[in-house]
Amino acid sequence: MNTMNIYVCVKHVPDSAATITVEGKNGINENITFLLNPYDEHAVTEAAKIKAACADVEVVAVCLGKPAAENTLRSAMAMGANRSILIETERSHDSIFTSRALAAAIRADGQPWIIFTGKESIDNEGMQTQFRLAANLGLPVATNVVKVDVDNGSVRVESEREAGTIDVVRMTTPCVIGAGKGLNMPNYPTIPNIMKSRKKSVRKIGMAELAIEKPAAGMEIEELVPAVEQRAPKALTGSAADIAAQIVDILKNEAKVI
Amino acid sequence: MIIQSIGLLIEFKDGRVKKANFGMATAARGENRHLIALVVDASAAEAKASLEAYGVARIINICTGKQGWDPAIQSAAVVAAIEQFEITNLIGLTSPAGRELLPRIAARLDAPLIMDCTEIDLDGHRVKTSQYSGKTIATIALTGRHFIYGIRANVVTPKKAPTEADIIEFAFEENRGTGYQVLETRSDGNGAQYLAESDIIISGGRGLKSGENFKMLFECAREMNASVGASRVAVDNGWVPYAMQVGQTGVKVNPKVYIAVGISGSVQHFAGMKTAKMIIAINSDANAAIMANCDYYAVGDLFEILPELKKQLDEHRQG
Repeated sequence: MNTMNIYVCVKHVPDSAATITVEGKNGINENITFLLNPYDEHAVTEAAKIKAACADVEVVAVCLGKPAAENTLRSAMAMGANRSILIETERSHDSIFTSRALAAAIRADGQPWIIFTGKESIDNEGMQTQFRLAANLGLPVATNVVKVDVDNGSVRVESEREAGTIDVVRMTTPCVIGAGKGLNMPNYPTIPNIMKSRKKSVRKIGMAELAIEKPAAGMEIEELVPAVEQRAPKALTGSAADIAAQIVDILKNEAKVI
Repeated sequence: MIIQSIGLLIEFKDGRVKKANFGMATAARGENRHLIALVVDASAAEAKASLEAYGVARIINICTGKQGWDPAIQSAAVVAAIEQFEITNLIGLTSPAGRELLPRIAARLDAPLIMDCTEIDLDGHRVKTSQYSGKTIATIALTGRHFIYGIRANVVTPKKAPTEADIIEFAFEENRGTGYQVLETRSDGNGAQYLAESDIIISGGRGLKSGENFKMLFECAREMNASVGASRVAVDNGWVPYAMQVGQTGVKVNPKVYIAVGISGSVQHFAGMKTAKMIIAINSDANAAIMANCDYYAVGDLFEILPELKKQLDEHRQG
């Protein structure tokens, strides 16, 4: 039997706790901590879990990013990916281009069975790469997936649409799965696994090798400005009853919502 | 004079047009614009009067012939309607359904899409949205043949502009299989209003100490028709479901009033609620980050304040 590949598309993003400083008109100072996008941690963890239960499955992490993104691929390999592919670029790209690059790299590498992504990245928060990737490859896609059951020829997933509402979906394979937060507890790297990941392969490919046609459509960040915070906190004081009374008064007379 | 056709992807709740659609229609109106509402597998006739009140001039009643929710089919049907009626701009809500439908529509059309827009310039094809956990505001320019926008609920206050609309029936048949089949939809039956579309949200964090104590928040919420949210600590501890999380890795909300109870106010939490028009914080720790970045704060014991709040809200409601 041929190896069935599980691809996990990952992104190298600034730590959510990092201070973001705008540089130039539309860039940020990148001299901060970057890490594996949190939703992608769930994606890698789930891929590794499926691999552990099936014979002849390889987990391949794929990333479009600057050379520093290799660190994120090492994290993905320390969390269970067997090998990885870094599509090297010197700039950031929108999801229209990114999805084409990821699709081209996957096509060039092998036969996908399942392709995982995170449901969104925490830097650009676009929420769409998984859908564009699926459209480029002509595959079905489910987003915000919180449970995956694999079967012969199909995958059954639970996709959380909103609080308390779950869509149970069957997809034919290959398919694309956008991992949501409730999917699993991330399999955070242990020291031995970090050591092992150093020996795993990161294949670097240049954009030119993939021969991606320039898309006719695009989304370009023209300007980035720090979000301003200008609240002037006022204290509510007194007993619990006094505080509650003031809140009710504010809701009624100032906010006019009750 | 070129008239621009602006498509509005309309959402329903319990058979009625969701209120957030009216702000969306208000944001879409302008000189030389023709507002076209796209209604998918719902009753256009029921929606007609309310949509007309906000300036919608045409309603396309899309029928997929399928029962129930299927975003793969519904998005294909919307794309067919967009092509048939030469709609170049489509606006939808960044809601649970919008998160499924809008990216599928954009991917099929290979069109640019920005979700969670706080401002939309339909003539210049430019939007504003927050990035990097709400720490920055980006202005993004879109290029392409079609333009898809997911607007953040409540960013534009609905204003009426009565007009008259016609209804056009549009039957869609998908012959190719999508490889995607919704087997069932499970719902806990609460039918709770989606967090991001609520005018008032009361959220609990570490200070609540248990899932059981969230009952106090639900009781207050019921008295003021609010939704209940939670911090990351509260969902990570399993006190309430993930879907209730407000923050960077949760729902991003934009209510008129956000009441944060026992929440310290981490960067990751602020990323989800910093655009609230008013923030009221209740916390026992005067030095919690949220106390310095809100409109009103009370230093006190939430276990004393919440029961009082519930009681007084109830008295207010009883008049």
